[in-house]
Amino acid sequence: MTSPLPRRVIPLKAEPASALRAAERKAIEGACARLKALPGALLPILHAVQEELGLVPKEAVPLIARELNLSIAEVHGVVSFYHYFRQHRGGRHVVHLCRAEACQALGASALEAHAKRSLGIDFHGTTADGAVSLEPVYCLGNCALGPSVMIDDQLQGRVSAQRFDALMAQARLPASKS
Amino acid sequence: MSAVRIFVPIDAAARSVGADETAAAIAAEARRRKLDIELVRNGSRGLLWLEPLVEVEIRGQRVAYGPVGDHEVAGLFEAGFASGADAKGKAGHPKALGPTEEIPYLRRQQRLTFARAGITDPRSLNDYLALGGYRGLAAALEMPPADIVASVTASGLRGRGGAAFPAGIKWQTVLKAAGAQKYIVCNADEGDSGTFSDRMLMEGDPFVLIEGMTIAALATGATRGYIYLRWEYPDAKRALEAAIAAAYAANYLGENIQGSGSRFDLEVRMGAGAYICGEETSLLESLEGKRGQVRFKPPLPAIAGLWGMPTVINNVITFASVPIILDLGAARYQQFGSGRSRGTLPLQLAGNIKHGGLVEVAFGLTLRELLYEYGGGTLSGRPIRAVQVGGPLGAYLPASQFDTPIDYEAFAAINGMLGHGGIVVFDDSVDMAAQARYAMEFCAIESCGKCTPCRIGSTRGVEVIDRLVAGENASKQEALLRDLCETLTLGSLCALGGLTAFPVLSALNHFPEDFVKPKRASASD
Repeated sequence: MTSPLPRRVIPLKAEPASALRAAERKAIEGACARLKALPGALLPILHAVQEELGLVPKEAVPLIARELNLSIAEVHGVVSFYHYFRQHRGGRHVVHLCRAEACQALGASALEAHAKRSLGIDFHGTTADGAVSLEPVYCLGNCALGPSVMIDDQLQGRVSAQRFDALMAQARLPASKS
Repeated sequence: MSAVRIFVPIDAAARSVGADETAAAIAAEARRRKLDIELVRNGSRGLLWLEPLVEVEIRGQRVAYGPVGDHEVAGLFEAGFASGADAKGKAGHPKALGPTEEIPYLRRQQRLTFARAGITDPRSLNDYLALGGYRGLAAALEMPPADIVASVTASGLRGRGGAAFPAGIKWQTVLKAAGAQKYIVCNADEGDSGTFSDRMLMEGDPFVLIEGMTIAALATGATRGYIYLRWEYPDAKRALEAAIAAAYAANYLGENIQGSGSRFDLEVRMGAGAYICGEETSLLESLEGKRGQVRFKPPLPAIAGLWGMPTVINNVITFASVPIILDLGAARYQQFGSGRSRGTLPLQLAGNIKHGGLVEVAFGLTLRELLYEYGGGTLSGRPIRAVQVGGPLGAYLPASQFDTPIDYEAFAAINGMLGHGGIVVFDDSVDMAAQARYAMEFCAIESCGKCTPCRIGSTRGVEVIDRLVAGENASKQEALLRDLCETLTLGSLCALGGLTAFPVLSALNHFPEDFVKPKRASASD
């Protein structure tokens, strides 16, 4: 008696994601194993991967696609749709600077210019010492106490240029790796 | 003698201006002075310009001090704030504000949905129960589903996310729809700039949201729920997950809730930075693990929502308003409000405002009363030139429209919208052409890409505004911009493309002088 053949997925490459380091691979496979039974598991998996690795590596895409039985295009489409998922390694700290109207009313544009000038980077860039990445964000929900930034997951309000510099100096202290 | 209770908010806004440091300083100073205190991390009262707002409970009354920086803590102890020496909270210290409930900003509000926020420790189910929590659910458990729905309908509650669709009608559709599995989905993707009521409620009183969703489940026969939360709210995530765990442990979630035989399971799912996922069909796509692209309607989510099943999808404040409706009765809730806008709306005063914060009042108050009597004018001290109500897709209103009452229909009548109740204030240094340009830029950044006018028209809109402001054949550019806005309005499936014309055209219509060259001298010069 023959049992029905399980559906086989033929990967495009014999071994997807072979460029990943072993630890990265383990993190991605771990997240998939832990979460893939959830309905709508893709976003929770991507969050888990980014939380652990700081990014969703390009090479993770075929691996996740295989685990969820999705196409590479589907997974890539989701990763690239959402602003939060990053495919390039950022700095030790990620600074999200609010560009939305309530912060604009209190000088967010000037703060943005100051941040870019003082860090020497544009949005999506990382400082040369690898300490800080700068990202735009559209509302942090701190609209009565703007301008606001979020450093890793800590919200900061009433951020003047001086306070921004102080926060950045603090973030650069060796002990401040969150 | 029992320990003095001292409250320091754990709300993200309070923490953003140093509440953690203040709390740590209070604990350290009390240790140093060998005083027995109980430090409670409560939600925020919503008087955000006074954060960190420290409260001391003396003989059952809470007195407030604010804003209290960590460097001021030793001075407060010196003035005797923790020993009752400053019991009226008026005498000894310049930061003393008197009894919290007597602060006019708070006293004049009508807090129904936010009745407990700022009072309790948000992680304490006992606090929640002690202050009337789960009375709405208890009432609902005695009612057949159709009666719960009828009660929500009779209350006049309309969707607080912005679209203002009657909640009871939506629930009725789900109740009547056939489906092997029904879902309750909470839209906690509060992306509108100027809004933070969802965040404050989830951080300050998460159990009321859980209770509201549980009542929705009983009313419609749903057994599974999701809270779709934006990633920008990590504090709300922690608060919700702690509250959900506590609700499971006390049998307010899970199987056989409070012996009723009904089941409801609830979990938090995180968004990933996409404004469009606040649109209900995009949100459902995202929950299903896909790109957050807008769906065609019909079918309505109430008929074919999450994974094609009947789904109630409502905003945080909508669900959180349900327990008090069931507790007090629909008739009582319905007494608040004006016209077809019933109940209360938690408004949010934001941007360049002196007294920014949360103001929950019955519909009917005018914008002017909010801006001046609550808000106290601008933070900068300059005149208010424009306010944007209803988020990035809301109209910019000039001073001549400040007498508009807070009422869904009254705002629609002036080509505006109340939306989620966010009010962003700008002083006279604002460049309205730059705000119009930003509205188009925002639409371009956040468009899901499904509809061509939104995906491409928004980028063209930025270019047209640039040429208009540069004075290149201005009358032709203006005609082109108006035509483009009409195309966006009529040719987009959802509110993002459909409403971007509101901020753009309101800026152009009410502040045309900002679009002509040479531009008026900027007030900041």
